[in-house]
Amino acid sequence: MARTLLDKVWEAHTVRTLPSGQTQLLIGLHLIHEVTTPQAFQMLKDAKLKVRMPERTFGTLDHIIPTADQTRPYADPEAEEMAQHMYRNMKDFGVPLFDMATGKQGIVHVIGPELGLSQPGMTIACGDSHTSTHGAVGAIAFGIGTSQVRDVLATQCLSMAKPKLRQVRVDGALAKGVYAKDVILAIINQLGVKGGVGFAYEYAGDVIDRMTMEERLTVCNMSIEGGARFGYVNPDAMTIDYLRGRPYAPSGAAFDRASAWWNSVATEPGASFDDVKRIDGAALEPVVTWGINPEMSVGVTKTIPSPEVQPEAERPTFREALAHMGFQAGQPIKGARIDVAFVGSCTNGRLSDLRVAAEVAKKGKVASHVRALIVPGSQQVAKAAEAEGLHEIFQAAGFQWRKAGCSMCLGMNDDKLKGREMSASSSNRNFIGRQGSPTGRTLLMSPAMVAAAAITGAITDVREILK
Amino acid sequence: MSATMTDYQRRQVTGRGIPVTGNDIDTDRIIPARFLKSVTFDTMGEHAFEDARKQNPEHPFNQKAYQGASVLVVGQNFGCGSSREHAPQALRRWGIRAIVGGSYGEIFFGNCVMLGIPCLRTSQEDLEWLQKAIERSPQTPVSVDVEKQEVRFGDRMIKATVPDGPRNQLVNGTWDSTAVLLEAGNAIEATASKLPYVKGF
Repeated sequence: MARTLLDKVWEAHTVRTLPSGQTQLLIGLHLIHEVTTPQAFQMLKDAKLKVRMPERTFGTLDHIIPTADQTRPYADPEAEEMAQHMYRNMKDFGVPLFDMATGKQGIVHVIGPELGLSQPGMTIACGDSHTSTHGAVGAIAFGIGTSQVRDVLATQCLSMAKPKLRQVRVDGALAKGVYAKDVILAIINQLGVKGGVGFAYEYAGDVIDRMTMEERLTVCNMSIEGGARFGYVNPDAMTIDYLRGRPYAPSGAAFDRASAWWNSVATEPGASFDDVKRIDGAALEPVVTWGINPEMSVGVTKTIPSPEVQPEAERPTFREALAHMGFQAGQPIKGARIDVAFVGSCTNGRLSDLRVAAEVAKKGKVASHVRALIVPGSQQVAKAAEAEGLHEIFQAAGFQWRKAGCSMCLGMNDDKLKGREMSASSSNRNFIGRQGSPTGRTLLMSPAMVAAAAITGAITDVREILK
Repeated sequence: MSATMTDYQRRQVTGRGIPVTGNDIDTDRIIPARFLKSVTFDTMGEHAFEDARKQNPEHPFNQKAYQGASVLVVGQNFGCGSSREHAPQALRRWGIRAIVGGSYGEIFFGNCVMLGIPCLRTSQEDLEWLQKAIERSPQTPVSVDVEKQEVRFGDRMIKATVPDGPRNQLVNGTWDSTAVLLEAGNAIEATASKLPYVKGF
């Protein structure tokens, strides 16, 4: 019987079936960062346990670090304390740390693929829900909590149940001005934020096949926002080209042997799925969220929907969303005034994202009432962008050019919304309070749309600027 | 450690209920990110739903009638979003010992299992009934039976399910999984050594 990537990778990593009926699943790559690990390391110390496979474990600093002035000690004493714990734990347990001095520091989901650590056929875990990002290379990659981080550190394993598998097919061709971010926002809008609960997503179809690896990373990143704990794209020639020459990828003849194995883990023709959903890529336009979860979005030319047309159980959340955002049902999203523009995050903080934002930034200057930040996802992204002069384009247009980190995606560092500020953001979550102000408001969109909003001061159809 | 397996068993939880209505309540809402800047979980309980409570004096976690409650009753997709274990840690430290709802964010659900907090699923109709019943009678205990997969309130019983794997872990007291996983011994390295990317291409 034809098998899926999920079947093959799950089987290859099964240590045993546990008495509970769950699988003891081996984790091939464990990525860690400073926020969700200090308690796990303390639990290891208390239990006198070591890290089982330190050579399969890699750390970085991303969530709490400032992106303006990174001089140590950090101005925020809590951030400094978390950084110190990370340094100490990495040293005590013999785990490599990609800190600023290595030139390889960055958001954990940007550096994993960038360094070639994340490879097809792997199981990858990290104490961060956006670990689903790494599924883009053809891996089974998912977020875990801190007690599970402790389990992976101590045993290199997790107790897991295999999810059902849904293939999400996006066919057709995307119009100009429509990007990977719009594709995943449209998928979440159509399938819902809880549509993926109990499922893993396999992304397929013409649109996904033609995507670059960075675009696939954007799509897989937000699987979790659709309720799917992980999502993946089958490895293909694009995947293999991407991995060639990366520092932690095999080289020479070993690369060819690796490529053969990577190809072999892809879903076989004729494999069956628990469910299949189809999205018409050609029908998509730039998407903007208007509410308080990533399902609440509309095409940029559309109006904000009325709670009254929603199923009854959903109406209270829709009303709460309108009240929080200060929007009216029936109002066009285009023209909504913004205060802050943010390009960055594990969703859209890669070189291709900065390039497209720079194209738009060339067309104008940041509106006088807007604070605009460009935050590269890693030191290597920053270096590559600077080599192309992108930072100069941004700075000339009035954007701030920052250092790598999670920044304004989640309000754990200095980059935060103030009061009820409205943010046009290339990040992944528009939850109430997400960007650091309890009353702050977030509109999610592609980096191109963020740049367009920055220079016009309001939500704008980027296709009109790119014409 | 002197705790026995019986201490870890989570067959039943009985306590007063607290309803938090609404769907898609994310873990940022349960514990805002700025409170995660701590190397321990010790202070999480005092910040549970902090921003929501400040903005809404009527929030259930603010109401006197619900102080001391231990069974949280929620809507659909509760705990979606961020993987932060700080969310169930905050709820547990506030006093929550079991959750009944429509559905859960999967990472949140797994984190709850790791802390021995059963999360049971029930129908939309039954959860709305239970939330309203608790509002009317906050002193009446809610009895959650993980093993039998049912919830009792007053003289009414509703069906509420937990998937087999987590249910077995909770009922048998094996949810604190490090010891169970370590029992595999060398089978862990044996599985790893068969993987081409571990043994070397």
